[in-house]
Amino acid sequence: MAEIVIRNLRKEFGAFTAVQGSTFTIRDGEFFMLLGPSGCGKTTTLRMIAGLELPTSGQILIDGEDVSQKPASQRDIAMVFQMFALYPHMNVRKNIAYPLVSQGVPRAEVQRKVAEVARILRIDHLLDKGVGGLSGGDRQRVALGRAIVRNPKAFMMDEPLGALDAEFREIMAEELRALHDRMHATTVYVTHDQLEAMQMGDKIVVMNHGVVEQFGTPQDIYDHPATLFVADFIGSPAMNFLRFEGSAPAGAATVTLGDTPIALPELREAASGSLVLGVRPEHVALSDSAPLRARIEAVEYLGTTQIVTLSTPQGTIKARTPSTLPARPGDLTGLVLNASRLSLFDATTGRAFRTAANAGVNHG
Amino acid sequence: MSAYSVTEPSKASKWAAGLLVALYTIITLLPLVWIISTSFKTGPDSISYPPKVVFEPSLEGYVNLFTTRTRIAAEDFAALPPPETWYDRIVRDQGMVIAGQSRFGERFMNSVIIGFGSTFLSIFLGTLAAYAFSRFRVPLKDDLLFFILSTRMMPPIAVAIPIYLMYRELGLSDTHLGMILLYTAVNISLAVWLLKGFIDEIPREYEEAALIDGYTRFQAFRKVVLPQAATGIASTAIFCLIFAWNEYAFAVLLTSGNAQTAPPFIPTIIGVGGQDWPAVAAGATLFLLPVMIFTILLRKHLLRGITFGAVRK
Ligand SMILES: Nc1ncnc2c1ncn2[C@@H]1O[C@H](COP(=O)(O)OP(=O)(O)OP(=O)(O)O)[C@@H](O)[C@H]1O
Ligand SMILES: [Mg+2]
Repeated sequence: MAEIVIRNLRKEFGAFTAVQGSTFTIRDGEFFMLLGPSGCGKTTTLRMIAGLELPTSGQILIDGEDVSQKPASQRDIAMVFQMFALYPHMNVRKNIAYPLVSQGVPRAEVQRKVAEVARILRIDHLLDKGVGGLSGGDRQRVALGRAIVRNPKAFMMDEPLGALDAEFREIMAEELRALHDRMHATTVYVTHDQLEAMQMGDKIVVMNHGVVEQFGTPQDIYDHPATLFVADFIGSPAMNFLRFEGSAPAGAATVTLGDTPIALPELREAASGSLVLGVRPEHVALSDSAPLRARIEAVEYLGTTQIVTLSTPQGTIKARTPSTLPARPGDLTGLVLNASRLSLFDATTGRAFRTAANAGVNHG
Repeated sequence: MSAYSVTEPSKASKWAAGLLVALYTIITLLPLVWIISTSFKTGPDSISYPPKVVFEPSLEGYVNLFTTRTRIAAEDFAALPPPETWYDRIVRDQGMVIAGQSRFGERFMNSVIIGFGSTFLSIFLGTLAAYAFSRFRVPLKDDLLFFILSTRMMPPIAVAIPIYLMYRELGLSDTHLGMILLYTAVNISLAVWLLKGFIDEIPREYEEAALIDGYTRFQAFRKVVLPQAATGIASTAIFCLIFAWNEYAFAVLLTSGNAQTAPPFIPTIIGVGGQDWPAVAAGATLFLLPVMIFTILLRKHLLRGITFGAVRK
């Protein structure tokens, strides 16, 4: 197993830049998520790590060795493709054995390993079947079997659950994570589903338009988004943005929204101009006496919690409150924002200002 | 629900369709049956009027096809020892003796060598070129592909005279190599285009999976792409073989002795000792066989391939 270091990795297709200077580190044994919307360069990044695409510039280090210009066959990496790419002219056993055959592993050893992998993935009974008639989940397991059979340095998975239906995704996601916890294999996993990334990942890289927006643990990224894009992309319902003009010097712990002072983590740099205050729905509380006034527009009941949609002079806000608290559309109320959980962004650059809360978080 | 079903045609239309197909089959097969039955008739049977449908089969046509025969003086003929072999006897029954071997066997072998040789070469080069066009960023790809197609736009026979002169200069006239190269040149554009279509249909992920599994590009091509492209290769090979096997005009123009193929040879049989229809029919029958056998052998692939890869994945 291995540590993978990505340095200033860049990929151009003709005039189009798919990945512009990514830098991040995947530690040994990590379950690492590449997250971003469609077309942001996730697959391209993964393919460069695997060696299916050569970078225009930048470095890929696997266990300290620069492999960026090496062919895929020499990188000792396994990959699970989105459509699985099982060899259609071979049966399940041959598919799983195929990576071992290329290494010249003796036959008996191949048989033993294939049997072992099939047992782990519970597909022993399918070994002599063709791959054509398999269900989505079984194909997925065969693809996984082909990946884990030879103990590669790392696994690449490109939306491996994308082809499965919703119910089955859950099961396979759990199986995948369980398999990882058992093998501790460095895994790079591509997804555009932020929930999947948050649930399964040890670390997440969020990409947009070929740029790494943020890199860190799911919790850091959720609590302290480094950019407006990340704040908006992660979490459902998304983070609320209150737009206003204002300024605050370094060291300040409040900003003025309209006439109302709002407390937030102490700023480590000066902020001024068009600003955006970010607050997650669960950090908004309703209190009739609070000075920040709002009007309830709609209430969405979700069992233990409810999503309350409110209109304020700064725009619409959603609050997640316990469903036991009364909230009726049309009522006027006040908002209390949880000061320690607020983020302040520069509206023009989209960047989050450094504060006492997010100082330790890795900006992308 | 209406009385009509989309999936199940009515009995009457099934009958009509069956009748139509049967009629069509008879019309197409009749000439073939006629040729094959004539090849098993004796000379007199083959020209009897009204034509004989039921007759005593004879190998006269085939024996005549492979031999040359002469008439000898009646007293010498009577003095001959009894015939030693079955084919001696058949020739003797016609009042002749075997003078030697005909050239049919040789011409037939030429057809086999040139037909299959050019098919192999077209497929070999065509597959490699089609793979490259399908998978790699080739500079001027579209222009090159169009150029390859354009070699097919002029009827080949339009350039017969230049090719004739060129081949004479190069010493390729009447050689196997010359004919193989010529037929390959004609077939290769078809092969590249057809095969590119088939290879485009094969998802790249299969090869990429093999590359990642530790195989080289060439191994991935051989072990993963080729088996997937088998259908396409089989149907393309049949197209190429049919052209090379049946080609007549260039064969007449460019070959005479050494590399003459069967098509220009078969009509000449008719002149050998009067109108020997059974021998001509025997030659035609044998000439039909290889393409038929080749097609039947590849039929399994062909049936899937004829849909041009539309139903896979
Ligand atoms: N071979 C290529 N040639 C030209 N452009 C390409 C090529 N491969 C990818 N691109 C472009 O690069 C961009 C990033 O593609 P990539 O496949 O990495 O996106 P992605 O993040 O994986 O998206 P998705 O979620 O849709 O799979 C896209 O705009 C795509 O059109
Ligand atoms: Mg992708």
